[in-house]
Amino acid sequence: MLLNVQDLASYFFLDEGELKAVDGVSFHVDVKETVALVGESGCGKTIVALSLINLIPPPGRVVRGRILFDGRDLLRMESDELRQVRGGGIGMIFQEPGAALNPIYTIGDQITGVLRLHRSLGKHQAQKAAIELLGETGIPEPEKRMNAYPFELSGGMQQRVLIAIAISGRPKLLIADEPTTALDVTVQADILDLLAYLQEQYGMAILLISHDIGVVADVAERIMVMYPGKIVEIADTEDLFRDPRHPYTKALLSSVPRLGVGHNEPLKGIPGAVPDFLDLPSGCTFHPRCTIGDSSCTSEFPPLVDIGYRRKCACYKAETG
Amino acid sequence: MSGTVADSANALLTVSGLETYFPFGNRWFGKREWVRAVDGVDLTVRRGEVLGLVGESGCGKTTLGRSVLRLVEPTRGAVDFDGVDLLSLKGRGLRAMRRRMQIIFQDPYKSLSPRMQIGQIIAEPLRLHRIVPEHEIEMRVQGLLTKVGLEPYFMSRYPHEMSGGQRQRIAIARTLALEPEFIVADEPVSALDVSVQAGILNILLELQRGEGLAMLFISHDLAVVEHIADRVAVMYRGKIVELAETDRVIGSPLHPYTQALLSAVPSIDPATKRKRIRLPGEPPSPIGAVVGCPFAPRCPEAQGVCRESAPALEPKAAGHFAACHFR
Repeated sequence: MLLNVQDLASYFFLDEGELKAVDGVSFHVDVKETVALVGESGCGKTIVALSLINLIPPPGRVVRGRILFDGRDLLRMESDELRQVRGGGIGMIFQEPGAALNPIYTIGDQITGVLRLHRSLGKHQAQKAAIELLGETGIPEPEKRMNAYPFELSGGMQQRVLIAIAISGRPKLLIADEPTTALDVTVQADILDLLAYLQEQYGMAILLISHDIGVVADVAERIMVMYPGKIVEIADTEDLFRDPRHPYTKALLSSVPRLGVGHNEPLKGIPGAVPDFLDLPSGCTFHPRCTIGDSSCTSEFPPLVDIGYRRKCACYKAETG
Repeated sequence: MSGTVADSANALLTVSGLETYFPFGNRWFGKREWVRAVDGVDLTVRRGEVLGLVGESGCGKTTLGRSVLRLVEPTRGAVDFDGVDLLSLKGRGLRAMRRRMQIIFQDPYKSLSPRMQIGQIIAEPLRLHRIVPEHEIEMRVQGLLTKVGLEPYFMSRYPHEMSGGQRQRIAIARTLALEPEFIVADEPVSALDVSVQAGILNILLELQRGEGLAMLFISHDLAVVEHIADRVAVMYRGKIVELAETDRVIGSPLHPYTQALLSAVPSIDPATKRKRIRLPGEPPSPIGAVVGCPFAPRCPEAQGVCRESAPALEPKAAGHFAACHFR
């Protein structure tokens, strides 16, 4: 087990009240495994990722839990130690590649900076390593691109640069937060291919965060489904698509338009909307939108329990086996 | 095969040779360039039909949608709406036509005024065009809200009190207020979560069928377009490269670009995995003129002729148009 997260909770302390963006989340990621965390916007996926590397912006913070990375608890580390983990152990890429790069430094400066800091390379070595990394991530003419500024690159190329930066410390875990959401579908497919290639090459584990269950279907070995602040289902990708157990997972899958199934069939959406964090329904927060829930669902949030081989679900009504 | 894209019985909207250019770069120093957002488009939208318009970001689909409504002024070409030459209209005549053609925008967080109550937002077009007498407005607004699946009490709410899906419903209700015959829906579900998106698509389909609306449905999402459109047009760098019935474009695409685009769509059914066609290079820049086929630099099948002469959008089978020398 490379990453083991236990009962993680991260709250934001707002004037309006306590916003429990992540509220008791437990999961693990194995060495070299690709795990996806999916859920709709505003369900807390990104806050899980930011919690892992302790980058939650105030007024938010991690309030409880354990994050064991390679056996060491990230939440109980000194900031120096943690910085080393961020540089070498865990890499991260974000949704908006344009916003994650510094507009006033060249691509080369930004990569060599990281290399010199985390791999203690000299100027020339860093230069060489940076060119190699850019080539590795599929950037054509990497020597030339070293002198380019971010605005001179397309979104797909910017994301490749960020991936190069994220893997420059040879991380064991790459957290990819909506890495393709801002990109076109053909570019998205290229970036997903690249991630799969790099994983193979470097033996990294990937935690892939996405609102798009279609994107993760091709690349993830396991999928975790999140609904405001909680993980409601975890299963191997195939099992999840073939036999979803949580009513939210089922509804989510049936509302995805599928290509090639013919047109003009009404889609099944989910009635209502994802609830507001400051005004969550009691008990299971999905119960107002759920078709199989009853009065027993309104008092307490169901625990995430084993319901079969390698799968967990948080629903009182879910079938087991 | 005979016929062109433009001759279609039952056409409500006919676009021919449409070009919309924007100036780019400095006027006085250096070379003046043009962003050729729409670069010679022929298209028809039939009465009561949903025409899907797909393409990647920057291909010109939004500009095309706005050009046919004259929300941006086309540079050249013709747009005929129900026998009226739209590009020659001015002032009152244009305003009268706009009653019959409306638009739904992508982002319901930006398209609704934050300072107006929902009731006012929906009533505004009714008042501007004097559709109904003042005392009937409230009833009409209530009726419109019901049509899009919202309770009448939303009238006194403000947009910030509503979710994205609800806002998009309001935008649709406002669009329907004028009982248009034609709607441009520009990525109407792209900003919404998938569970909410389905509801909006269903409403659009229901309304479109119930009222016999014609629609130009612009989207980058092929699965969404397949779901809602009767025919699909595929756009690449300002040009339509393929146009046919939805099942044909999705099931047996002809143009190499359409094929590559389809192969890149992620699938949630492990059983229907598609073989990826990888395109070399980057999405093209829309600046300046292109010689030859705009897709040639990335096309896996391009030959010499593709770089010299631009293929016309021609019928390759009944009702199936493609712009490719080798199809």
